[in-house]
Amino acid sequence: MDLSLLLTDVPTLLFVIVAVPAVLGAYIVGGEFLVRRLPDRARGSVRPWIWVVPALVFVTAFLVAPAVGTVFTSFQSHEGGWIGLTNYQRQLTDFPTGGAWIAIRNNLYWLVLYTLFVLFFGLLLAVLFDRVPYESVVKSLIFMPMAISAVALGVIWKFMFWYQPADAPQTGTLNAIVVNVFHQAPKTWLTDVSVNNFALIAAAIWGITGFSMVILSAALKGIPADLLEAARVDGAGEITIFRRVIFPLMMPTVVVVGTTLVIFALKAFDIVYVMTAGNFGTDVLANRMYKLLYQADNPGGASAVAIILLIAVIPVLIFNLRQFRAVEARR
Amino acid sequence: MTAEVAARTGISTTTRFSPAWLAERLQGVVLHVAVIGLTVAWMVPAAGLLISSFRPFTAINSSGWWTALAPPYNFTLDNYVKVLQSSNMGHSLFNSFMITIPAVVIPITIAAFAAYAFAWMKFPGRDWIFLALVGLLAVPLQLSFIPVLKVFVSIGLVVQNWGFVGVWLAHTGYGLPFSIYLLANFFRALPSDLFESAEIDGAGTLTVFFRIVLPLSVPAVASLVIFQFLWIWNDLLVALIYVGGTASVAPLTVTLANLTNSLGQGYNLLTAAAFISMIVPLVVFLTLQRYFVRGILAGSVKG
Amino acid sequence: MSSVSYDHVVKRYTSDLTVVKDFNVEIADKEFMVLVGPSGCGKSTALRMLAGLETITEGEIRIGDKVVNHLAAKDRDIAMVFQSYALYPHMSVYDNMAFPLQMKKMKKSEIDKRVKQASGILGLDNFLKRKPKALSGGQRQRVALGRAIVRNPKVFLLDEPLSNLDAKLRGQTRVELQKLHRDLETTFIYVTHDQVEAMTMGDRIAIMNAGILQQVGAPGEIYDHPANLFVAGFIGSPSMNLVPVTTQNGNAKAPGFDIKLPKPVSAEKGILGFRPEALTDRVADDGATLEMKVEVVERLGSDQFLYGTVGGEMVTARVDPRMKVAPGDQARLGLDLRGIHLFDAETEKALL
Repeated sequence: MDLSLLLTDVPTLLFVIVAVPAVLGAYIVGGEFLVRRLPDRARGSVRPWIWVVPALVFVTAFLVAPAVGTVFTSFQSHEGGWIGLTNYQRQLTDFPTGGAWIAIRNNLYWLVLYTLFVLFFGLLLAVLFDRVPYESVVKSLIFMPMAISAVALGVIWKFMFWYQPADAPQTGTLNAIVVNVFHQAPKTWLTDVSVNNFALIAAAIWGITGFSMVILSAALKGIPADLLEAARVDGAGEITIFRRVIFPLMMPTVVVVGTTLVIFALKAFDIVYVMTAGNFGTDVLANRMYKLLYQADNPGGASAVAIILLIAVIPVLIFNLRQFRAVEARR
Repeated sequence: MTAEVAARTGISTTTRFSPAWLAERLQGVVLHVAVIGLTVAWMVPAAGLLISSFRPFTAINSSGWWTALAPPYNFTLDNYVKVLQSSNMGHSLFNSFMITIPAVVIPITIAAFAAYAFAWMKFPGRDWIFLALVGLLAVPLQLSFIPVLKVFVSIGLVVQNWGFVGVWLAHTGYGLPFSIYLLANFFRALPSDLFESAEIDGAGTLTVFFRIVLPLSVPAVASLVIFQFLWIWNDLLVALIYVGGTASVAPLTVTLANLTNSLGQGYNLLTAAAFISMIVPLVVFLTLQRYFVRGILAGSVKG
Repeated sequence: MSSVSYDHVVKRYTSDLTVVKDFNVEIADKEFMVLVGPSGCGKSTALRMLAGLETITEGEIRIGDKVVNHLAAKDRDIAMVFQSYALYPHMSVYDNMAFPLQMKKMKKSEIDKRVKQASGILGLDNFLKRKPKALSGGQRQRVALGRAIVRNPKVFLLDEPLSNLDAKLRGQTRVELQKLHRDLETTFIYVTHDQVEAMTMGDRIAIMNAGILQQVGAPGEIYDHPANLFVAGFIGSPSMNLVPVTTQNGNAKAPGFDIKLPKPVSAEKGILGFRPEALTDRVADDGATLEMKVEVVERLGSDQFLYGTVGGEMVTARVDPRMKVAPGDQARLGLDLRGIHLFDAETEKALL
């Protein structure tokens, strides 16, 4: 550990902590100061822009403009020449194993399995936990993985999936169970193409279930108690109550969580990058894009993959905007 | 209400030892077994790694972590000591702070300014711009790396010259849509009477923002801070792209990822390294969980 | 001088949405004026234009001699009490009251003096350090008043300040507000939808409906001489009986009764109005009478209300509690001709 470096840097950190807010504060106070010197009429139309322009500049510079730039790059060769759809052709060639097809297939696995299981576990845990007095403790424990980076999560699960040859003692938790409980041969979870995608998705589900559980649990608690009591008085059993009363009332929340999860699934990167680097048939679009850009030095191809990813997100995006407008309209 | 509490907590309201009582009891037991069983199962992956991180090198490779739960106990801090000595974990920890703190402060401040305008000022195109921001929530970040990086390189805004400035700015851009969305929703929910009252009282825009809006929005800002903090602290992708893997500038996530790839079989160090990387977010998370949950809810169950 | 005048004031949001139409009122210095009307009638908008919270589409509003149309809210020298009280939840009672003075950059000692004085008047001395959350509804309401008092404004604006209080507290606060008005010797403009508040508190009442001012006058005057059908129906509880009649030769006729009007009118069709208390169980030989089919009887001890029909029209009577009557009875009631009103069926204007 190089302490000297730390010592020279600590003042920088302190400086940054003080200077950054000072600059931002000075901006807004200065802006208002100038606005107040404007004639009455202009004031009202200039003031809002003082407050939103910094945000708009950043969002334009880092999200909007680059998205447009990426569209252009996706139509260009490495040298910058216009090559039409060639990059897309290369990515979408040789179905089902060539180009980006494996990544697309895996993203579909993620989309379906990850979303459904996270919703299922989230709902199950929310409903079960709602009935025990130590709810907050168990919720915290399930929720904890949310605080962990995908890299650390990858380390944890690599350890779960650890493989030793059949004759050696199994130190990986899963293989120990496979060998000692089910008396099967140990599996190479992360390289065996028949299971490795599901292994990665399982790790991701473990990490995010707390998120869906917390939201669904809040929605569950938002259902008025007298509604459930009324259903009980009407003679409905607990399962009927869940199916006919609780679930329909939670549906809007399930949809919101579901769309968020779909976006997460489409953007999946960290876990794949850390655990398999996309090898052994576990590639996903975001990882493929990263590899094309940094390992293959192919910005055109990478941009094409990024645009394919964007196109996949667009339906979700439109759905989200519709939902948002519907909510706004009710305000 | 009491009947419900009884039903939820499994306290019997029927006569003892009657069949109904037994059935109810049994249900209660099944419920508790299910809840505790699921929670324990959920804990296994993390617990296994945590226990392993305190086991000696030879033990990790020769027997499963669960064997350490039975005597003879054989725990050690060696792995932690070694990680801190041999790799640049300490420096990475510092880099993580250096990247995270400004990358939390800048976007949230700018977002608060913008959210105030979106919530309480009128300007042409306001609703459309806000809608566009909501749309941007779903756009994959990967889309933006290539062009931004090109610009950064061409104007010399790289780690060698400017340190972490580039990654701060990038995180600001990426964090803004969600931050503005969350804060504007919160600001908008403040009662309009307060603003009118302040107007009559003679408070200007700045006074209203700093003395009324911000103090009232502490919960929302707190949850956003935690969100942004965890997201940046745990981020690998943006750090890899704008900072790269060089040891002297790498944050914890990048160093840990490098360790994962390079150590391969040297699992003993990795176990310790992983837990070192989790300390800060776990502390933040456990102390401020209440706010974190509130933020998640505000961001997703609106309406 | 702190009179207020509305001079042909109009508030228009869009070309087909006008919420205040040609509004003209003169409010005298130190007067307690109540703006009353059903919800959505434009009374709050009228108040908010005066406060500077809404722009004025047409016309002029003056405080004293000064036109305030383009003056910022803070420069109008007014104070406003909101229905929700609009207390700053994160500030103590003291800070809530001090806030407007701090905005005026007043000296600390002066602020302290004024806040203490106001809290003394309102009995808030023991609560100055508390946050609004730790106060009862009545106390919060008084803090809102205190925040207005400290500013020593020319005009007090109150927008439904009692509607968040329970019935008992409302009655009490009504009295306190009147006392406060006397003590402060300031113009009060008070908006409410509750005609009881209007009747009991106002020096004068301005009644609005659908953006149009209906009548301005002292409570008794409005009660006894409603200018039109709307005012007649709106003021008074239970409300005035309104029965369509035909008029001929100075008589008003309807199925069930035929009475002589105090003076002849020109219109042929009208609506006859009489308050429930104009009906009595004492029938004079030469007096006007009507036959009422009683459907519901409410005995309140001091009063007895009969609900039923006269010639098919719903009528309420307030009679002596000793009168013996049961649902289903056909009751013969006397009508006090001093308490009758007649409105034109077309224009709805008062004819008598």
